Amino acid sequence: MSDSAAIPGALPGVVPIRRDPNHLGHHARGEGETRATGRGIGGPSPKRIVVGYGFWIFLLSDIVMFAAFFAAYAVLRGGTAGGPGPAELFDYTNVAIETVLLLFSSFACGIASLALDARRALVFQAAMAVTFLLGAGFLALELREFADLIARDAGPTRSAFLSAFFTVVGCHGLHVTVGLLWLLTMMAQVFAKGFREDILRRVMCFSLFWHALDIVWVAVFTVVYLMGSAA
Amino acid sequence: MTAAATLPPRRRTRVPAASLRIAAVVIPGLVLSGCQMSLLNAKGPVGADEANILVVASIIMLAIIVPTMIVTLVFAWWFRASNPRAHYRPDWAFSGKIELVVWSVPFLTIVFLGGIAWIGAHRLDPAVPLESDKPPLRVQVVSLDWKWLFIYPEQQVASVNELVVPVGTPVQFILTSSSVWNSFFVPRLGSMIYTMRGMTSQLNLMGDQEATLHGLSTHFSGDGFPHMQFPARVVPDGAFTDWIQRAKGGPPLDTAAYGELAKQSVVDMPVTYGSVEPDLFRRIVDQTIPKGPGPGREGDNGAPPNVKPKGGS
Amino acid sequence: MLGKLTWSAIPFDQPIPLVAAALVGLVLLGVIAWVAIAGWLPYLWREWITSVDHKRIGVMYVLLGLVMLIRGFSDAILMRSHQALAYNAPGYLPPEHYDQIFSAHGTIMIFFGAMPFMIGLMNFVVPLQLGVRDVAFPTLNSVSFWLTATGALLVNVSLVVGEFARTGWWPSPPLSETTYSPGVGVDYYLWAIQISGIGTLMSGVNLVTTILKMRAPGMSYLRMPMFCWTALASNLLIIAAFPILTATLAMLTLDRYLGFHFFTDEAGGNSMLFMNLFWAWGHPEVYILALPAYGIFSEVISTFSGKPLFAYRSMVWATLAICLLSFTVWLHHFFTMGPGGDVNGVFGITSMIIAVPTGVKIFDWMFTMYGGRVRFTTPMLWSVAFLVTFVVGGATGVLLAIPPADFVLHNSLFLVAHFHNVIVSAVVFAAFAGYTYWFPKAFGFTLDEWWGKAAFWFSLIGYVWVFTPLYVVGLMGMTRRLQHFSVAEWYPWIVAASLGVIVMVVGVVCQVVQLVVSIRRREQLRDVTGDPWDGRSLEWATASPPPSFNFAVMPHVEGEEAYWAIKQRAREQARLREEPDYEPVEMPLNSPTGVVCAFFATLVGFAMIWYIWWLAALGLAGAFATFVVFAWRDRVEYEIPADAVARINRLNRASRLEALQQARRKEAA
Repeated sequence: MSDSAAIPGALPGVVPIRRDPNHLGHHARGEGETRATGRGIGGPSPKRIVVGYGFWIFLLSDIVMFAAFFAAYAVLRGGTAGGPGPAELFDYTNVAIETVLLLFSSFACGIASLALDARRALVFQAAMAVTFLLGAGFLALELREFADLIARDAGPTRSAFLSAFFTVVGCHGLHVTVGLLWLLTMMAQVFAKGFREDILRRVMCFSLFWHALDIVWVAVFTVVYLMGSAA
Repeated sequence: MTAAATLPPRRRTRVPAASLRIAAVVIPGLVLSGCQMSLLNAKGPVGADEANILVVASIIMLAIIVPTMIVTLVFAWWFRASNPRAHYRPDWAFSGKIELVVWSVPFLTIVFLGGIAWIGAHRLDPAVPLESDKPPLRVQVVSLDWKWLFIYPEQQVASVNELVVPVGTPVQFILTSSSVWNSFFVPRLGSMIYTMRGMTSQLNLMGDQEATLHGLSTHFSGDGFPHMQFPARVVPDGAFTDWIQRAKGGPPLDTAAYGELAKQSVVDMPVTYGSVEPDLFRRIVDQTIPKGPGPGREGDNGAPPNVKPKGGS
Repeated sequence: MLGKLTWSAIPFDQPIPLVAAALVGLVLLGVIAWVAIAGWLPYLWREWITSVDHKRIGVMYVLLGLVMLIRGFSDAILMRSHQALAYNAPGYLPPEHYDQIFSAHGTIMIFFGAMPFMIGLMNFVVPLQLGVRDVAFPTLNSVSFWLTATGALLVNVSLVVGEFARTGWWPSPPLSETTYSPGVGVDYYLWAIQISGIGTLMSGVNLVTTILKMRAPGMSYLRMPMFCWTALASNLLIIAAFPILTATLAMLTLDRYLGFHFFTDEAGGNSMLFMNLFWAWGHPEVYILALPAYGIFSEVISTFSGKPLFAYRSMVWATLAICLLSFTVWLHHFFTMGPGGDVNGVFGITSMIIAVPTGVKIFDWMFTMYGGRVRFTTPMLWSVAFLVTFVVGGATGVLLAIPPADFVLHNSLFLVAHFHNVIVSAVVFAAFAGYTYWFPKAFGFTLDEWWGKAAFWFSLIGYVWVFTPLYVVGLMGMTRRLQHFSVAEWYPWIVAASLGVIVMVVGVVCQVVQLVVSIRRREQLRDVTGDPWDGRSLEWATASPPPSFNFAVMPHVEGEEAYWAIKQRAREQARLREEPDYEPVEMPLNSPTGVVCAFFATLVGFAMIWYIWWLAALGLAGAFATFVVFAWRDRVEYEIPADAVARINRLNRASRLEALQQARRKEAA
C-alpha cells in the first residue's frame, strides 16, 4: 500500500514516503498501522480484572522485597561469628508442622473463595475461621521458635547469620500477621455488608495474598531451612 | 578481595602511540590553557596509564558528541518554522538506513570503548603488582577517624598523615580501616581504593619522579573528613633511608597508642612512630583490637570537641 | 513519655536553620491564614486535599516537586557559597551542619523534588493520553501522594527538631550505624524514605495497571504515545526496584534500632552488602527518573516540530532495553572496592551498553526535528538544550564506566558534575518542559512565554557555568563533600562555580515570576480550544482544564497519533466529528482516606524517630482504622447525568469549531 496514495487531499509539497517493511515508525497522519496489536484494544478491562491485576503486580513487588532479604541471607549465612550455625539451631519437626499448617490454611482459604462464589455465607465464615486458626497456629509456632532461639542465646543480635534469619522469617511472619488482621476484617465485612461487588474483589485480593504467602514460605523453607543447613 | 601475591606481575607497556601522548598534552592544554590538571599530569606509571585512557576515551567520544551537538543545533535552526526555504516533510517518520546508522554508531563506539574497559580493568587492576627490578616496598594503611596511619612493616616504623616512598620503587599498599569506610587516593600516583573495616584491600602504585603530592580520602567518613588529607612525598632512596632513621627516634606505636589514635580527632602535623607492635595491622584487620569508638553515645549531637572547623590541615 | 525528644533537640544555637524554618513557617502560616480568611478552606478540602481525581493529584505532586526543588536548591546555594569561602578558612557552616546540608540536598532533590515531579506529570498525563477517565485505583493514588508528602514533611521537620543525616544521601554503613551516627539524623532519613517509598510503590502499581489494563478502545500498545511507553517502563522499574530499597533500609533500621548485624562489619555483618543492595535500587532509580523525562522530550519535540516522532518503534525498543539493562550496571558505583578485573570489566561493559539505546534516542529526536517546522516555544527550548547538554553527561558517564578512569575520578567533583549533568539535563529540563507544555491543559491558560524563556536562558547558562568548573576541578583531584580545603589550584574553579549559582538563582526567580505573571494575565493567555500547541495525542482532544471525567465519550482510537488523525480529518472536512450519544458518567467519590492516612503515617514516622513507642502504635492503629472506615463506605461513586456531560462537552465543541473555522478563513485569505 502506498501511503501517499492513501492520503486524500495530501498537502502540496508533501514528500511521499516509502513503505516501512521493518515497522520502524509512525505513518502518515497516524493511520499507517491498521493492526491494533496487543491486549486491551477493547477498552478498559472490567473492574474485577483491573483490581486482580493490580494486586498481582503488588504481590510481585512484595516478592522482590523478599528476594532482597533472601539475597542478604545468602550473603550472611556464613557470618555466624563463632556462634551457632543453622545445623545446630533448626528444629525440622517444628518447621514441618508450620508448613503443614500454612498449606492447610491455604486450602481452607480456597474453600472460602469457593463458598464466596456460591454465595454461601456460613461456609465462607467457617472456612475463613479455619484459615485464621491455622494461620494463628503457624504464627504461634514461629514465635515459639523465636523465643526458644533467643533463650538459647541465639537471638538476632548474636550474629549476622541470625540477624538475616530472624529478618527473613520474621518478615514472612509479619505478612501472616497482617494477613490475619485482613482476614478478620473481611469476615466482618461479609458479615455486615454481605456479598457486595467491592467486598468480593477484596476477598479475592486477600486470597491471592494468602496463597502468595504460601509460595514465599516454600522459598523460606527451601532457602533458609534446607539450603541453610546444607551449607 | 583477591590475594595480590598470587597474581602474575603486570607487563607495563606504553601502548598508546606517540600521537596519543601528544594529544594528552595538547587537549588539556586547549581546554585549560596553563592550568594544571593533576590527573592528566601523573607522577607515576599507573596514573600515566589512567590519564592515557582518560584522554583516548574522551577523544573518541568527543568525535561523536561534538558533531551530534552541532547537527542538533543545525537541524533545529534550519527547520525553524519561520524559515521558508526549509522543506516541510510532515509525514517523514522513519528511515531504515538512518535507523541502521543510529543503532550502529553507538554500538560500535561501545564495542571499542568496551575493549578499553575490559583490558584496562585487568591491566590496571589495583591488586596486580607492578613490574620492576626493585623489590616492592610494603606499606600498611589504616584509615582512622580522621587521619591516616601508614605502617612500614619491614622498616618497623609508622607515620600519621605523611606518606614517604622512595622514587622508582613499586609500593604495595595493604589497606584497612579502624572504623568507617574511606578511600585512599593520591591523585598523581593513580588509582584509589576503599578502606573497609575487617577487610583488606590491595593497591599497587609507584612514583617515578621526586615530588610532594597531595593525598586524600575520597569517601565521606564523617565530620572530620576534610582533614583526611596528607602529603605523599616521593623521595630518592637516600632520603627515604634518612627519613626511616629519623622516624626510629619516635615513640612506639603499641596497642595503647593505637587506641588513642583510633579516637575521633584531627592531626595537623605529621607524627612518626619509631617502632610498631608486631602484628598490629593483622589485629586491626581481624578486629581483636577494638574498632574506632566513634563520637560516643547519643545525646552527643554536636561534633566531638576536638574537631574544629578550620582551614588547612 | 516523649522518648528521646527534649528541648535540646531544637538547635537554638544554629541561626541558619532556625531563621530559615521560622521564615518558611511564617510564609506557610500566612498562606493558611489568607486561605482561611478568604474562605477557601472548604474548597481546598473538597476539591484538592480529598480529591481522588488523577489530574488534581498530579498537580499537587508537581507542586510538591516544585517547592522541594527550590528547597533542595537553597541547600545547593549554601553548599556552593560555603565552599567558596572555605579555602584555608572555616567557611560559615560548621562541619556537622554542612554535612547535613549535602545529605539533605541529595535526598530532597531525588526523592522529593524529581520523583514527585515526574510522578505528578505521569499521573496527570497518562490517563488523558490513554483516553480513559482516571487511573486504575483513584483513592490509592491519593494515599500515594499524601505518603510522599509525609516523607517530605519529615525531612523538613528535621531542620528544626533534631538533625538530618550527616552521611550523604545514601547512608552507607558503618558510618550510618549507631556507633558512628548516634543521633536521629539517619532515622529521619530512614523513616522519611520508607514512608514516601510506600507511596511511590503504590503509585507504580497504579500506573502500570492503568497502562496495561485501562486504555481507550483501539489504543493498542503500539498506538500508545511515547510518554505512555516511558511511563510504563519507569513504573515497571519502580515495582522492581523500590522493594529492594525498602528491604535495604529496613535492614539498616533493624541494625540501628535492635542491634542486628546486617551491615556492622562485625559479628559477621558486611557493609559491602549495603552498597550492592542500595545501588541495585539506585541505578534503576536513575532511569525511573530519566525514562519519563525521555517521554516528555518525545512529546514536546514531536509536537513543536509538527511531525510524528521519528522511528517510534525503535524508540519503544530503546525504552524497553534501557528498562531491562538498568538492572545490570549497579556495580559501577563501586569499582574502587577492588572486586578484581573480571567483575569490573563486565560491569564496565554493561554500563556502557546502556548508552546504546540512549544514543539511539538522541539521534531519533534529532531526526524528528529534521523536515519539521520547529517552533521555539519554552518547552522546545528546554528540549533542544537537553539534546545538546545531555550528550556531554552521557559521554562523561561512559568515561566513568571505564574502570581505570573511574579509579581516578570516583567520588570526585567530576563525578558530581557528571550526574548533575545527566539528571539536570534530562530530569529537570524535562520537568520544566513538561510543566510548561501541560500547564495549559491543567489550568486552561498558557504560561507567559517571555518569563519562561528568561527562566530557561538563565537556568541553562547558570547550570553550564556551575558544572563546567566542577568537571575541571574533579580532574584536578578534588573530591566531593569537603567542608573546607587548602589546595590553591582548586580555589578559582570553586569560586567560578559559585558565581554560576547566582545566574541559576535568577533563573529560578524568573520561573516563579512566570507563574505569578501568568496567573495575573490568565485572561489574555486563555486557551479555549483545549489544544494550544497543535498537539498530537489524546490529552489535547478534551477541554482545558479537562472536566472531571476527562472525556465525555471515551474516544475510539483508530490509529497512531490518535488525536492528530481526528484533527486532520476535521481540518479537511471543515467540521467536527458527529456529536456522540451522551451517557451518564460514574466517577469515584472523593475521600479523605489519603490525607488521614498520611497524618497517621507522620505520627508513626515521627514517633519512631524519637523512640515514642506508644505514639507509633497509636499511629498504626489509626491508619488501620482509616482503611476499615474507607472499606465500610456504602457509596463509592457518584453519577454525572448525561445532560451535564453534554453541556460541558458542547461548550468545548463550540470553541473548537470556532477555532477551526477561523483557521479556514485565515487559509482562504
